[in-house]
Amino acid sequence: MTDEAPRLIERPTVATVDDDSALAQSTAAAAPVTQTPDAVFESRDVNVYYGSFRAVRDVTFDVPRNQIMALIGPSGCGKSTVLRCYNRMNDLIKAARVTGSISYRGTDLYHERVDPVEVRRRIGMVFQKPNPFPKSIYDNVAYGPRVAGQKKDLDNIVENSLRKAALWEEVNDRLKDSALSLSGGQQQRLCIARAIAVDPDVLLMDEPCSALDPIATARIEDLMQEIKQDYTIMIVTHNMQQAARVSDTTAFFTADTHSENDTRTGILVEVDTTQKIFSNPSDERTENYVTGRFG
Amino acid sequence: MISRLYDDKSRALVAASIERRRADARGLLFRSLLQVCLLMTLALLAVLLLTVAFDSSEQLTTRLWDFLGGTLRSQSSDDKLGVHQGIYGSMWIAIIVALLAFPVGIGGAVYLEEYAPRNRFTSFIEVNIRNLAGVPSVVYGLLGLALLLNGQFFGLDRFTGGRSTLSGGITLAILVLPIVVITAGEALRAVPVSLREGAYGVGATKWEMIRTQVLPYAAPGILTGTLLSMARAVGEAAPLILVGAVTGRLGDNPGLFEVSALDDRFTALPIVITSWTQQSGRDVGFATAAAAAIVVLLVLVLIMNSAAILLRNRFEKKRG
Repeated sequence: MTDEAPRLIERPTVATVDDDSALAQSTAAAAPVTQTPDAVFESRDVNVYYGSFRAVRDVTFDVPRNQIMALIGPSGCGKSTVLRCYNRMNDLIKAARVTGSISYRGTDLYHERVDPVEVRRRIGMVFQKPNPFPKSIYDNVAYGPRVAGQKKDLDNIVENSLRKAALWEEVNDRLKDSALSLSGGQQQRLCIARAIAVDPDVLLMDEPCSALDPIATARIEDLMQEIKQDYTIMIVTHNMQQAARVSDTTAFFTADTHSENDTRTGILVEVDTTQKIFSNPSDERTENYVTGRFG
Repeated sequence: MISRLYDDKSRALVAASIERRRADARGLLFRSLLQVCLLMTLALLAVLLLTVAFDSSEQLTTRLWDFLGGTLRSQSSDDKLGVHQGIYGSMWIAIIVALLAFPVGIGGAVYLEEYAPRNRFTSFIEVNIRNLAGVPSVVYGLLGLALLLNGQFFGLDRFTGGRSTLSGGITLAILVLPIVVITAGEALRAVPVSLREGAYGVGATKWEMIRTQVLPYAAPGILTGTLLSMARAVGEAAPLILVGAVTGRLGDNPGLFEVSALDDRFTALPIVITSWTQQSGRDVGFATAAAAAIVVLLVLVLIMNSAAILLRNRFEKKRG
């Protein structure tokens, strides 16, 4: 890996990263240039196309490490599409195409030598609708480690992941029961446990609370605060109060409507600390959105 | 305290306005029409089952085991008349269909649904498979005749022994192959995207995703489709006539599990039924024998369908 990594680098920019990461070490050695010290991701001029339709235009921003970043904006502004670029989930849509560059700890995620399967092991995802596998609770959490080749110690991994996801107390006596017997909020926490069982670096959450009631939502928000020292979290949310409550930084997207063919392209308006976005945004569109005058 | 807003007069007006005024005649008519449709279907089935049961009762009550163990004879009064060879043929045809058509068909469907690129060529192939499922079965009989009996193209006649159970089974396996591909493909398409994304999301490869999520989820649907296609194969007569199923008199009477007889002359239950019905003009006794053979075939198909339902329920329980 150490030999391979430098060849993957397209734009050597990130310097300060984890010391224990071989990938990062070689990156740092090759390019000791510091731009944003703690960025996990740097996206530059990212465009996403579905066929000939441009869904997202020229998105450029950095994602800081060990923080929670919220992506907010009105429906159809492309925030979910942007989120799915970070673990190459858009690869699964046949017509989707991503241009520009997204680097993860200095390595271009879309380089031809990058394996999307490995990317997804490091960059986990929690989806809008809880999607537990139709298997037991135990097998759901153990799924990721198993496909990664882990055979030993699964009991510990399952217990730790469920504890981190604040679900252990509720399910430890029925790990063999079907995951589908859990309530919606429990299912979503199970999905979080499943995602962190492979010990990822980043968690992408695509409106994880939109199908949940306020109590379940509060539990998941607490959980995000607890786990953020271990992970970088990006969350797409429709709920502005949620973004204000949980996130450290916020990116506001909006949709550009093209009058000629009535299509909409998502654009990034501004990225800043959550406090600034919600109290004193630089862009008028952001202000209109967060004050509820639009969207 | 909420004051009473309505006096008696206005309440009477409201009551009158929401009162049921006329019966929903069209709705009732539609409902009865649907009932008639269902009753017609059931009535036809009842007539079939009753006549068959009545005609077959003598054979099946007086000499059931002789009938099940007997062979094709030229006289209906023959003590040794029976359907054993038909059961042998039909059972082994079902086994051969399961062994050949299921793995090939399901494999083809998985490739088509999960791996093949979406372009004009693959949609062309899909349309053709759908068309093949509608091709008359006689045409498949001709294919079997050319391929397995006359040994055109690959000289397969040496392997099948020409007019044999093996030839019949392979021909019917080819016949149901498109049906298996289509039904399996539909079951695969019904697997929710969220499951696929969930597996990919924790770092599963495509193969792991298909093996651990798609196939288990689609298994009940695939199973139902394939076993129904097997029931169809067991009921076919026309292609078997073309690959040389015996209709008159057949001497050999192999044991049910005698594999060595697979490349011998053969017959199958639908053939037995056809041939006895034809002969009943000359020899009336064959009519009751044909009815009894129908009962045997129905029971065989019923057993297969019940097995399919049991298996499906087990898979569905596993799916949760």
